[in-house]
Amino acid sequence: MSPLDFLTDLVNPDLAFLPKALLVAVMSSIVCGVVGCYVVLRGMAFIGDAVAHAVFPGLAVAFVVSGNLILGGTLAGVATAVLVAVFAQNRRLREDSVIGVFFVAAFALGIVIISRAPGYAGSLQQFLFGSITGIPDEDLYVVGGAGVLVLGVVFLLHKEFVAITLDREMARAMGLRVFWLDIVLYVLVTLAVVISVQTIGNILVLALLVTPAATARLLTDRLAVMMLLAPVIGGLSALVGLYVSWSWDFPTGGTIVLVLTAAFLTAWVLAPRHGLLARRLRRPPGIPADPAGTVVSPTGS
Amino acid sequence: MSALGVNDLTVDLGGRTVLTDVHLTVDKGELVGLVGPNGAGKTTLLRTLMGLLRPRAGHVVVDDEPVRRRRTGLGYVPQRHEFAWDFPISVENVVMTGRTGKLGLFRRPGVADWQAVAEALDRVRMTELRTRPVGELSGGQRQRVLLARALALQPSVLLLDEPFTGLDMPTQELLSDLLLSLAREAHAVLMTTHDLPAALYTCDRLALLNRTIVAAGTPDQLRDERLWMDTFGVGAHNPLLKILKAG
Repeated sequence: MSPLDFLTDLVNPDLAFLPKALLVAVMSSIVCGVVGCYVVLRGMAFIGDAVAHAVFPGLAVAFVVSGNLILGGTLAGVATAVLVAVFAQNRRLREDSVIGVFFVAAFALGIVIISRAPGYAGSLQQFLFGSITGIPDEDLYVVGGAGVLVLGVVFLLHKEFVAITLDREMARAMGLRVFWLDIVLYVLVTLAVVISVQTIGNILVLALLVTPAATARLLTDRLAVMMLLAPVIGGLSALVGLYVSWSWDFPTGGTIVLVLTAAFLTAWVLAPRHGLLARRLRRPPGIPADPAGTVVSPTGS
Repeated sequence: MSALGVNDLTVDLGGRTVLTDVHLTVDKGELVGLVGPNGAGKTTLLRTLMGLLRPRAGHVVVDDEPVRRRRTGLGYVPQRHEFAWDFPISVENVVMTGRTGKLGLFRRPGVADWQAVAEALDRVRMTELRTRPVGELSGGQRQRVLLARALALQPSVLLLDEPFTGLDMPTQELLSDLLLSLAREAHAVLMTTHDLPAALYTCDRLALLNRTIVAAGTPDQLRDERLWMDTFGVGAHNPLLKILKAG
């Protein structure tokens, strides 16, 4: 199918779900791309994964009682994020253990709840792997509204998020409310995940958070550039992924993630300063490669 | 007038008393070295001064005022490994993060803030590297960036935690010259260090810490070997004491 055919299908009134799916996929990729920059830079991919799985019981409850999926998912995700943040205050347990306890518990709860719903096998698959059909019109507004809210909070609290990522002790000493900023960041991650789950699915949503931001990180050493590049990479990959999946009848979520991964691998090889190719070309003959690629090792010397 | 005063400070950590009745003053214009063995409570003392730990008893006075939650009068330079050096950020933006707390929520840096950053960078001679990503700096340059970040608040007191660790000799020399001249410009500078010869040579005064201040004074006033043997828990044949005699 040529891109022109895809365009024709997009405006075909019989296929009204397609432009809706595209819009939701692109909007959620943009939001995930921006929030994902913090996730990647703080090394909190695991909490992203946890929140992604933790929204599942909320979605399941909303599904069983025919409530709003986004609202249900958000409540469950936020509840889990807060539990993790509170329990991680205990110095005996590292945060990753606490996350490990709660996110599997939340996911298990979701499975138990959804097993109570009639015909659950089909809906389970839809939750786990996403679907481009059956997005209600109101979801466009909810996703758009939630997206604007998330980006607005990021804009307002950016300097604080940077400060707590760079040096938590210093941030505390400066009087920043590190605990509350963590919670706000977790809530933002949750919202970004929830609005993305519909199209891309529960299992794969982590890729929307991590891969565009990681790709952007390979391409730049400037945070502002990274936070612009990541949503562009995410949005474009969602567009291309939907096109490919529509053309060849591939599952949408999986295709989008594979396109993202291809973008990441391309950046790994071709990145202008730190890419594989650039390092090979820069290295004068006879001198072995410096694995760090920069002047000093991360710990200093 | 002392810029930093610590009175009767007692600090518990995890149910154990780590510091007892600590008395210490640092005057404007002087560089004071805080030395002691591992576990003596050096970092705990600095963290308490910064308000990161709440003391069980005693109080901290900066510029004759008891300190509150937001300690704008104190500039803190943590150990270098506390900082996320792989973060994609330039030198000048790191220095600006030193003013995050002072700026407050939802406010963006203005002309006065960038002015303070420029002065701090100039003071540590990092102006030329201000747009460089911090991941590409050497160890000594990183230390100076953290120092500039503390100076961006224009504090009267500077606290440094092991600033010399992991630096080579010439870099250590440059840094101790810089600290000394900052002290002479009316800062009160307190640093912890493991490098006793350098501390004896550079610092105006030393404070020997082991759960409490064992002694404090100029290197000359601290010639008594017993003080060092008590503080560090070493015997009479320890090489440490030879350094003391040679100094």
